[in-house]
Amino acid sequence: TGRKKIDEELYEELEEVLIRSDVGVNTSFELVERLRKEVKQRKLSDPNELTAVLQELIAELLGEESSLTFAKQGPTIILVVGVNGVGKTTTIGKLANWLKRDGKRVIMAAGDTFRAAAIDQLEVWGERSGVEVIKQREGADPAAVAYDAVQAAKSRNVDVVIVDTAGRLHNKVNLMEELRKVKRVMDREIPGAPHEVLLVLDATTGQNALQQAKLFQEVAGVTGIVLTKLDGTAKGGVVLGIQGETHIPVKWIGIGEGMEDLRPFVPEDFASALFGTSQKV
Amino acid sequence: MFQGLSEKLQETFKRLKGKGKLKEADVSEAMREVRVALLEADVNFKVVKDFVAKVKERSIGQEVLESLSPAQHVIKIVHEEMIELMGGATGKILIASKPPTVIMLIGLQGAGKTTHAAKLANMLKKQGKHPLLVACDIYRPAAIKQLQVLGDQLKVPVFSMGQDNPRDIAKASIVHANQNGQDVVIIDTAGRLHINEELMGELRDIKSSVKPHEILLVVDAMTGQDAVNVAESFHSDLGLDGVILTKLDGDTRGGAALSIKAVTGCTIKFVGIGEKMDAIESFHPDRMASRILGM
Ligand SMILES: Nc1nc2c(ncn2[C@@H]2O[C@H](COP(=O)(O)OP(=O)(O)OP(=O)(O)O)[C@@H](O)[C@H]2O)c(=O)[nH]1
Ligand SMILES: Nc1nc2c(ncn2[C@@H]2O[C@H](COP(=O)(O)OP(=O)(O)OP(=O)(O)O)[C@@H](O)[C@H]2O)c(=O)[nH]1
Ligand SMILES: [K+]
Ligand SMILES: [Mg+2]
Ligand SMILES: [Mg+2]
Repeated sequence: TGRKKIDEELYEELEEVLIRSDVGVNTSFELVERLRKEVKQRKLSDPNELTAVLQELIAELLGEESSLTFAKQGPTIILVVGVNGVGKTTTIGKLANWLKRDGKRVIMAAGDTFRAAAIDQLEVWGERSGVEVIKQREGADPAAVAYDAVQAAKSRNVDVVIVDTAGRLHNKVNLMEELRKVKRVMDREIPGAPHEVLLVLDATTGQNALQQAKLFQEVAGVTGIVLTKLDGTAKGGVVLGIQGETHIPVKWIGIGEGMEDLRPFVPEDFASALFGTSQKV
Repeated sequence: MFQGLSEKLQETFKRLKGKGKLKEADVSEAMREVRVALLEADVNFKVVKDFVAKVKERSIGQEVLESLSPAQHVIKIVHEEMIELMGGATGKILIASKPPTVIMLIGLQGAGKTTHAAKLANMLKKQGKHPLLVACDIYRPAAIKQLQVLGDQLKVPVFSMGQDNPRDIAKASIVHANQNGQDVVIIDTAGRLHINEELMGELRDIKSSVKPHEILLVVDAMTGQDAVNVAESFHSDLGLDGVILTKLDGDTRGGAALSIKAVTGCTIKFVGIGEKMDAIESFHPDRMASRILGM
């Protein structure tokens, strides 16, 4: 910034960058307060060093890189949840492909029996990645599809089953109850299942994502976040606030609509992208 | 939990009044609360800045300083200014004098374009029109099928030409509409990023080939700070005629509504309030203002 000393204006600018990235007022404020402390402690005087320190603090807040948890033995069941249109089905297609390339035997289950052509959409992904799709008719009970998926996993010697669900807003009590039921069915058939519950968040989303994370965690016991659409101009900063409140690790990011556009989440990269351009790889 | 702005302002003013007569500086303190509330509601940073400056100017006028309940007074000013900003004609599709009226829906991925194309068809059909849905999303897996399923449900015909060029599909759909007595053509397009030059070019092509009467930007109400970038890009590239704000059946405050109107000047015509085909309403600036403020 061509600034000569560290002044109030600089702190304000950094806070602005955070707020503009959807980090949220409170979390932004807290981060800048911590930055001030660090600057004092480390006796920094060069304003050009501040961004790097702030990135460090952000990466620290995001924790260690965290990958998928697999069942100790038998098939691993992954349930994918989230509000409407965030990228659940697409992420499942990408993830199935990723795991398959990793040598795993994968199947997908069309648990969204509600949205028009949701099953067809997943089937296209199945064809793309050469992964089988377990399905029932449109309008069928999602818990019944989940049951089929778990049975298929047990009988066909599959490593991973990824189960799609219909998009649902977290404030819709009935739909959230339906998720509980899906989980119950899975747990009954394979104790401990699902082994992963991935919450998909759209990076374009603002502070409402906090509410999404809290309520899906409460109802479905979320174990990881997938942050999609980071190929746009939105930064997805709200995951910092989510981290502060729920400690659910971000595990993957989506950076496009193609099959290869999935990456493990790297806190340091995410932190630096907050201060740069889009996270294209 | 989010504490209502009005409660926070009450506290602020109580504290200030305890020190004696309210001063101009006290209004500034109240404005900080207003700023935070708007940012928490996802109103864009820059929009908040301008908006708060305007509210402050009005608040410093004697009314607030001398008022018995300054908190309520500030809220009232904020509310009024918001309605003023978001207002304008809403809730109508302008029907062309010479049919068909052509409507084109555009926006980011997953915003609700396909669903709202169908909802609009349903709404117009109930008004006695004969809509045609046009499948111009040739990319998303099963996008055409999705529109067909919805069209079947509503008994509204769907025009598609597989993965042909969207410009050609759109053009052919007009001919088809004319031949079949369809007086409204609703074009569903693929979701795309505002920074994708190639795909933005595709929209410009469709626009120049069918000259839509209404180009509507479909925006997810949960959108955060990025809403202004998105709306600005789509507007400068295509010239928007209006906005549809979707997923308002959620619990988002929906500050994006204020941001989008502020940067594009385009009115929000409709809001989406559910996944069902009748879950569409006209936009009400006053309700939206209350919602953003958490009232
Ligand atoms: N640019 C971009 N688009 C994405 C990404 N992930 C998904 N999409 C697009 O977002 C749109 C919605 O994706 P879906 O996978 O259908 O989302 P969903 O959560 O399953 O939606 P519902 O089932 O309707 O709730 C599609 O157009 C996808 O191609 C991403 O990482 N980047
Ligand atoms: N709750 C709620 N869901 C909505 C609303 N509008 C659309 N949806 C849902 O949002 C998801 C995405 O809607 P689509 O119509 O497929 O979105 P799109 O913009 O066409 O998506 P792409 O074509 O992939 O870019 C679906 O699950 C819809 O059912 C709404 O107003 N409320
Ligand atoms: K969205
Ligand atoms: Mg889906
Ligand atoms: Mg669509």
